[in-house]
Amino acid sequence: MPERGWTYRGVLALLLALAAALPFAAQALDSPASIGIATQMACFAIAAASLNLILGHGGLVSFGHAAYFGLGGYAVGILWEHFRLGEPIFGLIPGSNELLVTLPTAMLVSGLAAAAIGALSLRTSGVQFIMITLAFAQMVFFLFVGLKQYGGDDGLSVRRHNLVPGLDLRDPAQLYWLCLGILAVWLFLLHRIIGSRFGRVLEGVRQNERRMAALGVSTYPYKLVAFVISGVGCGIAGALMANYLRYVSPEMMSWQRSGDIMVMVILGGMGTMLGPVLGAVALVGLEYTLGGLTEHWPFFLGPILLLVVLFLRGGLMGLFGVRRGSG
Amino acid sequence: MSTLVAEQLLNGVQLGVMLFLLAAGLTLVFGIMGVINLAHGSLYMIGAFAAAAAARATGSWGLALLAGLAAAGVVGMAIELLVLRRLYARDHLDQVLATFGLILFFNQGIVMLFGRQPLFMQVPPWLGGSVEILPGVPYPAYRLLIIAVGLAVAVGLYLLIQHTRIGMLVRAGATHREMVRALGVDIRLLYTLVFGLGALLAGLAGLMAGPVYNVSVGMGEQILILTFVVVVIGGIGSIRGALFGALLVGITDTLLRGFVPGLLRSALPPDQADALGASLSSMGVYLLMAVVLLVKPRGLFPAHA
Repeated sequence: MPERGWTYRGVLALLLALAAALPFAAQALDSPASIGIATQMACFAIAAASLNLILGHGGLVSFGHAAYFGLGGYAVGILWEHFRLGEPIFGLIPGSNELLVTLPTAMLVSGLAAAAIGALSLRTSGVQFIMITLAFAQMVFFLFVGLKQYGGDDGLSVRRHNLVPGLDLRDPAQLYWLCLGILAVWLFLLHRIIGSRFGRVLEGVRQNERRMAALGVSTYPYKLVAFVISGVGCGIAGALMANYLRYVSPEMMSWQRSGDIMVMVILGGMGTMLGPVLGAVALVGLEYTLGGLTEHWPFFLGPILLLVVLFLRGGLMGLFGVRRGSG
Repeated sequence: MSTLVAEQLLNGVQLGVMLFLLAAGLTLVFGIMGVINLAHGSLYMIGAFAAAAAARATGSWGLALLAGLAAAGVVGMAIELLVLRRLYARDHLDQVLATFGLILFFNQGIVMLFGRQPLFMQVPPWLGGSVEILPGVPYPAYRLLIIAVGLAVAVGLYLLIQHTRIGMLVRAGATHREMVRALGVDIRLLYTLVFGLGALLAGLAGLMAGPVYNVSVGMGEQILILTFVVVVIGGIGSIRGALFGALLVGITDTLLRGFVPGLLRSALPPDQADALGASLSSMGVYLLMAVVLLVKPRGLFPAHA
C-alpha cells in the first residue's frame, strides 16, 4: 500500500470517517469512557507525529520532547489560573480561558522553548544529542516542580474547559472531535512539509549529513526549523491534553513521558505518516487493556515493547507493508 | 560555617563515588559495545533490594553483600545474553527503546515482590559511629567507608585496565572494535565479562546506597539520569572521565542543594525559597552538562580522540 494514489486517499478518508463516528458507537455500546480514551489517543498522536518529523525523517533522537508537551499544558493551566484570580501575569498579560487564545499561546511558548533548546542542542550529535535534550527537559521539569505558585509537585487544576465559539468542550464528544480535527489538519501539514524541498533536505540529513553539507546545503537551519515545528506540535498536544484532563502537573514533562512519546513513534513505524498515530492508539490502548486486567500492567508492557524492538522491524506499519520511504 | 562546608564537600565526594561506580560500568559498556543501557539503573535497584531483603531475612551483613552482588551480576549477565547481544548492531534508538521496556519490567517486578513501601536498611552497628575527620568535625563512619570503597574500586579498575591483558583488550575494544575481532579475540566473551563487571559495580553501589537513601522502586532511574550526565561530561568510554565527571557532578549537586535554599531565604518567604532552591539546585548539574557539551561536544576526556 504505497502512501500515494487514490486508493490510499480513500483508505485515509475512511479511517477518518470511522474515527469521527466513534462517539456514536460509544453511545450505542453504552461505553462513554471510550470517548475519553480516544481523546487521549488523539492528543498523543499529535505529539508522536510531531516527534516523528525530527526522529523518523530527520534522524534526530530527542529524548526530551515531553518538555514541550508539558509547556503546552502549562500554558493552558497558567492562563486559566490568572483568569480565575483576575490577576495579570507579571502585571502585564491577562489570563484567559478562550482556546483561541490559550492554544496559540501554547504553540508560541513551546516553539520558543524548542528554538532555544534546539539551537544549543543541535551543536552536538549522536548520543550527546540524546543526552543534552534529556538534560534540558529535566531542567524544565525541575523548574516547574519548584514553582510553588503554580502548584509545584502537585500540579495545577483547570476547573473548567476552555471556551471555543460554537463548541461546548464539556461534552466529551465535542472535545474529541476538536482533537481529532486538529490531528487531521496537523498530519496534513506535516505531510506537506515532508513532501516539500525542506522535507527532502531533512531526509537527506538523516541519510547522510556529510553528503548534504558537501552538496552545499547548510544543514543546521533545516534541523533547527524542524526541531521547532516538532516542539510546537507537542505544545498543541499538551494544550489539548490539559483541556481533557483539566489538570496539568510536572509529570507531563517527566523523562518517562518523553520515553512514551518515543515508544509510540517507533512502535507504530518511524518515518511513516500514520505510524505515530497507530503507535499512540496501540500504546494508550495497551495501557488501558492491560490496566483493566492487572494493576501490574507495566510488567507485561515492558516485554511487549522489547519483543517489538527485537522482532518487528519497521513497527506496526511494517505489518501493513508500509515502511519508511515507500511513499 | 567551614565545618558545614567540609561536611557538604565530603557528602559531595560520597555521592560522586556512588555515581562513579555506576558510571564506570555504563561508560565501558557504551565505549566498547556501543550500547546505551537505560536498564543500568535497574541493576543498582536490584542490588539494593537483594541486599536489603537478605539483611532482613538473615541479619548477616556478609550475606547481604553477597546477595546484592550476586543478584546484580546474574541479572546483568542475563540481560546481556538474552537482550543486548541482539542489539549491538542496531542503532541507539532501538537500544533506548528495548532497555526502556526492561525498566518497566524490572520496576514492576520489584513492586510485585516487595510492594510499594520503601525498605529500610540499617547501617551495620560497628559502622554506626562517626569519625572526627578534622578537630571538632565528626563525620559518619559509614559514609567514609563508601568513599574508601569507591576510591579503591577506582584504583582497582585503573590497574585492571592499564596493566592486565584483559584491560588491554578492553582498551583496544573501545578504540578499534573491528580490529580486535579481526585479531581473533573472542569478543563475545569479552562483552559478557565487561557487562558483568559493570553490573557488579552497579549492584555494589546499590547495596551501599541502601542505608543512606531509601531502598525504593524508581531509585534506579533517579540516579541513572545523573549517571548519564556524568558519562557525557566525562567523555563516553573513558574511566578517567567517569571518575572526574562523577566527583564534579556529586560535589556540584550536593553543594547547590546545601546552600542555594539558604541564599534564597534572604529574598523570599521560607517555603517558596526552599521549593525554588531545591528545583534550582536540581537544575544545576544539567546546566553544567549543557555548558560542558557546548564547549567540548565530546566531553572532557574523550576516549576516541
